[in-house]
Amino acid sequence: MQAFTLLNGLVAPLDRANVDTDAIIPKQFLKSIRRTGFGPYLFDEWRYLDHGEPEMDCSQRPLNMDFVLNKPHYQGAQILLARENFGCGSSREHAPWALEDFGFRAIIAPSFADIFYNNCFKNGVLPIVLPVETVDRLFRELVEGYRLTIDLAAQTITTPSAATFVFAIDETRKYRLLNGLDDIALSLLHADKIAAYENERAKRAPWLFVGNP
Amino acid sequence: MPGKTLYDKLWEDHVVHTEDDGSSLIYIDRHLVHEVTSPQAFDGLRLAGRKPWRIDRNLAVADHNVPTTAREQGIADPVSRLQVETLDNNCAEFGITEFAMTDSRQGIVHVIGPEQGATLPGMTVVCGDSHTSTHGASGALAFGIGTSEVEHVLATQCLVQKKAKNLLIKLNGPVEPGVTAKDIVLAIIGTIGTAGGNGYTIEFAGEAIRNLSMEGRMTVCNMAIEAGARAGLVAVDEVTIDYYRNRPYSPKDEHWFMAERYWQRLYSDADAVFDKVIELDATAIKPQVTWGTSPELVAAVDGFIPDPMQEAEGVKRQSMQRALEYMGLQAGQAITDIQVDKVFIGSCTNSRIEDLRAAADIAKGKKIAGNIKLALVVPGSGLVKRQAEAEGLDKIFTDAGFEWREPGCSMCLAMNADKLEEGERCASTSNRNFEGRQGYGGRTHLVSPAMAAAAAVAGHFIDVRQL
Repeated sequence: MQAFTLLNGLVAPLDRANVDTDAIIPKQFLKSIRRTGFGPYLFDEWRYLDHGEPEMDCSQRPLNMDFVLNKPHYQGAQILLARENFGCGSSREHAPWALEDFGFRAIIAPSFADIFYNNCFKNGVLPIVLPVETVDRLFRELVEGYRLTIDLAAQTITTPSAATFVFAIDETRKYRLLNGLDDIALSLLHADKIAAYENERAKRAPWLFVGNP
Repeated sequence: MPGKTLYDKLWEDHVVHTEDDGSSLIYIDRHLVHEVTSPQAFDGLRLAGRKPWRIDRNLAVADHNVPTTAREQGIADPVSRLQVETLDNNCAEFGITEFAMTDSRQGIVHVIGPEQGATLPGMTVVCGDSHTSTHGASGALAFGIGTSEVEHVLATQCLVQKKAKNLLIKLNGPVEPGVTAKDIVLAIIGTIGTAGGNGYTIEFAGEAIRNLSMEGRMTVCNMAIEAGARAGLVAVDEVTIDYYRNRPYSPKDEHWFMAERYWQRLYSDADAVFDKVIELDATAIKPQVTWGTSPELVAAVDGFIPDPMQEAEGVKRQSMQRALEYMGLQAGQAITDIQVDKVFIGSCTNSRIEDLRAAADIAKGKKIAGNIKLALVVPGSGLVKRQAEAEGLDKIFTDAGFEWREPGCSMCLAMNADKLEEGERCASTSNRNFEGRQGYGGRTHLVSPAMAAAAAVAGHFIDVRQL
């Protein structure tokens, strides 16, 4: 996983609440057995005027120029500013895969759906929760070329006018993201504890240790 | 010291290790695997040269992509076919039990788990699917995970989790006849909103929940995720224990008696402390119909579509306006005036035998209305299908003009050939009414199986209590 340390990035605003994972990446693209290549289909139904299907050449498709990510001045955006309950719906990790593949490294919103929030951390994407008033302020301030600086180690976001906001994050998640660490390798450091747990649980709940019929 | 909630007990029983910041390594008793969210996880194992930690804790089935017709001919769509074949190959390579597409036990992962007794009370159950919350109906801690976590569970039989907060939703009093588990959970979501359960595990309790069958409890817990909660729970009682007797994967002999004793402690203590408690009057719940593109945008069948202008200016009003535009509806319209084009009875929310019985009860001796282009009944599993056929339900449906299909996720998310065309309106027993969910430009109204069957017969929404 790629590490996340410091980011100074262009911000794109997505002014809608409850953006669901079906909107982030529609189901027809979930048929892929790969982990990459979802970026061109990010927000497919909003971004294009036609109906997208897997393996389409998106450079030939008609764009919906009213959709924010198609505006010329948001090209290259790395930070998505969003509203309440971003990422609600399914557990598809294809949602953060698509956001990351498109170029987003951070998403700022007043709240996230739990599974989506969790999935972001596995993919080097930083979801940041800020109070509604702060998010409102960022939406109001946002003009062409608006950039934010995100410092994960310091847990701060700094605006172009040098206003700084502090955000909260679990220590474990922060450490793993700062160092781009593989969760599985870290968990396997506790292999002896897992085995000990199994031994102890097999005594309390032996029916869980008899194999499948 | 105060008592423990059911969630506290389940959590404590599965902690392997806790870090200083509260992140814990949690042991997973059952991992369900399907074709959509697992291929990249198996690839990850191969790349790292890792083996599954405990093969027998995994159970796999293809459900999202499978066709619901002419299954013996295989899958026509090459992309879907590759995904299902990839699951077959991965299970064969790693030695994981899989119910293949032509196996009579095949079905929707959240239907076959409890049906087989593969997901049991007191377990931790995960799957790369958000509707894993369904299994909490048995008093299991069950939640959806992403693909990286699928790989993590395969490799370690554990997950890194932080404990959620406790939310108790108590439904006081019984529901009226004609009001079902689906109406209860839609009414809850309408009240607390789709983010109302974010950060919580919800325990559903109270008379109206206790009165539900296991199938009904599964419907309620299934949609906990639609209220924002990763996991929903119902305490174990006699209904739970009776349900698991003699299931193929249920404990046998002496183990059954041990398990039964263990399961009997799976309830929240009387003095348990919840972070939040919400009480609702179940007697006031009416059959529900969603009218928007989020499950929280819901009304009683005898109600009207609300006016966004009654909301304060802001995000909520905008969402309602967008939803009405997408759905092609007007504020003030009566719910019963909404005509539908298609009807879908199925999904992990409502495809169990009780659901099919409720729908058949309404359809019996009737015909679907002239304006209905397609009415689908998709049983949740091969065993549900066989049971329904033994009871003659298939005949009731086909006589009425419904199509009787093979089991799978089908038109809940339209990854297979079953989908809505642009602008089509569907009465659906599934769980999500998001834009495009059932097909590009499709319009979904979430309802109970009885309400869906009634809409098929009437051609528009109608109050089942008046039939």
